[in-house]
Amino acid sequence: MRHDTIEKSVNLMIVLIIVAISIGGLIEIVPLMISSDANEPAENIEPYPPLRLAGRDIYVREGCYNCHSQMIRPFRSETERYGPYLTAGETVYDRPFQFGSKRTGPDLARVGGRYSDDWQRLHLTDPRALVPESNMPAYPWLTDNMVDGELITKKLRTLQFLGDPYTDEQIAGAAAAVEGKSEMDALIAYLQELGTNRKNRR
Amino acid sequence: MPAFWHWFIVAGTVVFVIWCVWLIQWAGKQGPQNVADDEVVGHRWDGDLEEWNNPAPKWWLYLYFITIIWAVGYMIAYPGLGNFDGLLGWSQEGQYEQEMQYAAERYEPIYERFAGMPFAELSQQADALKLGESLYASYCTTCHGSDARGAAGYPNLTDDDWLWGNTEADITATIRHGRNGVMPVLAPALGGDAGIDNMVAYVRSLSGLSPADADAMSAKPMFVALCSACHTAEGTGNKLFGAPNLTDDIWLYGSSEAMIRSTITEGRSGIMPAHGELLGDNRSKILAAYIASLSKNQ
Repeated sequence: MRHDTIEKSVNLMIVLIIVAISIGGLIEIVPLMISSDANEPAENIEPYPPLRLAGRDIYVREGCYNCHSQMIRPFRSETERYGPYLTAGETVYDRPFQFGSKRTGPDLARVGGRYSDDWQRLHLTDPRALVPESNMPAYPWLTDNMVDGELITKKLRTLQFLGDPYTDEQIAGAAAAVEGKSEMDALIAYLQELGTNRKNRR
Repeated sequence: MPAFWHWFIVAGTVVFVIWCVWLIQWAGKQGPQNVADDEVVGHRWDGDLEEWNNPAPKWWLYLYFITIIWAVGYMIAYPGLGNFDGLLGWSQEGQYEQEMQYAAERYEPIYERFAGMPFAELSQQADALKLGESLYASYCTTCHGSDARGAAGYPNLTDDDWLWGNTEADITATIRHGRNGVMPVLAPALGGDAGIDNMVAYVRSLSGLSPADADAMSAKPMFVALCSACHTAEGTGNKLFGAPNLTDDIWLYGSSEAMIRSTITEGRSGIMPAHGELLGDNRSKILAAYIASLSKNQ
């Protein structure tokens, strides 16, 4: 095949470009998607219970990942501040994972239990009441919105279909588990257990 | 990693590198033959568009070869080819452990030296207080504020009023194990709105915020019965329960009638999270000394 042949045929060129740029992904990504190393849940990692799952979706909806990462890298400067570095097995039930790429606010991968529920509630409603120099937006409407039990049941069923090990009893009880809970309750439930699977906090 | 994926990665990488070498060789032969540099190749499009033979400079070509050689060297020295660890034995965990060990050797003696000092001396030591200040900035500011003056429900650390005491043992226990200051919901026992209003007035009268008139004093027996277990009959508080002194002018949740009313009707649960695991013994002590020093400076 001559150089000219490729240059003069757009379709052939498209095919060959796709082949060339796929090779990196095939070799770097595919083995991780299929092999168990990155897909085995770490110790104490379970699928999200209904309320926390609802909270996670609010975290995504409000775009918390735009300013908060959930990815503690293996550097001392990070583990001193945020706790032990994150491992692949800790995010197997995150669809999609919330690694983030920017830290306007601190990393949240191990924020669970660092503050009281009341603190989280007040801080999400009015961040500057607690941290005057904070530039985090306020999310007061979370207190008024209620979690939809029917929707969360559907979400659990979808995740079960995708392979997360939810039991049928969990799905049957999902609506009851979020009954009467506000979005604020759900988000706090989600935040308060982030990273608490690890026994050692240092 | 399973053997199959190991060999998948090794084969894919090696074949790709070899293919890169071949590609450069092959593409190098594809240029216009028998045409000198800076000559027209002979193609012509749209009447006046002509292609010239302008090869890229040779050093540009060599850069390609250098990146290929670099890739081969990297694959030999560092982990990358499946399960192969690389001849240098480098790993991400290894580098992290090394960094932690270096820091432990360098910094721990500093913390240990200060932790060995008596508490009273420590809170006078400028160097120790500087360490304490940076620990405070990392762990405490989000609730107690960067000026340590707290917020509603989060105690001011710069005054001389201490909910849980200010001895070395008190402050380090607060830091290491956390605290939970619970005010139960007491409104149902107060007999309706008027009873609550009278209690609010009585609590405010203890510190002179409102007059100790007949209405206020009518709640005194109820205060003794309900509140004295934690706040004492005089309202001076009890550090064992973190129960605030109600006779001074320092208010954790606020002194307005509305605030005191909501404290009585809704209760309070002030939580200081445990930091012992995060900080360890030495840092807890240095931080405690810094916090003790905050109120002495006033």
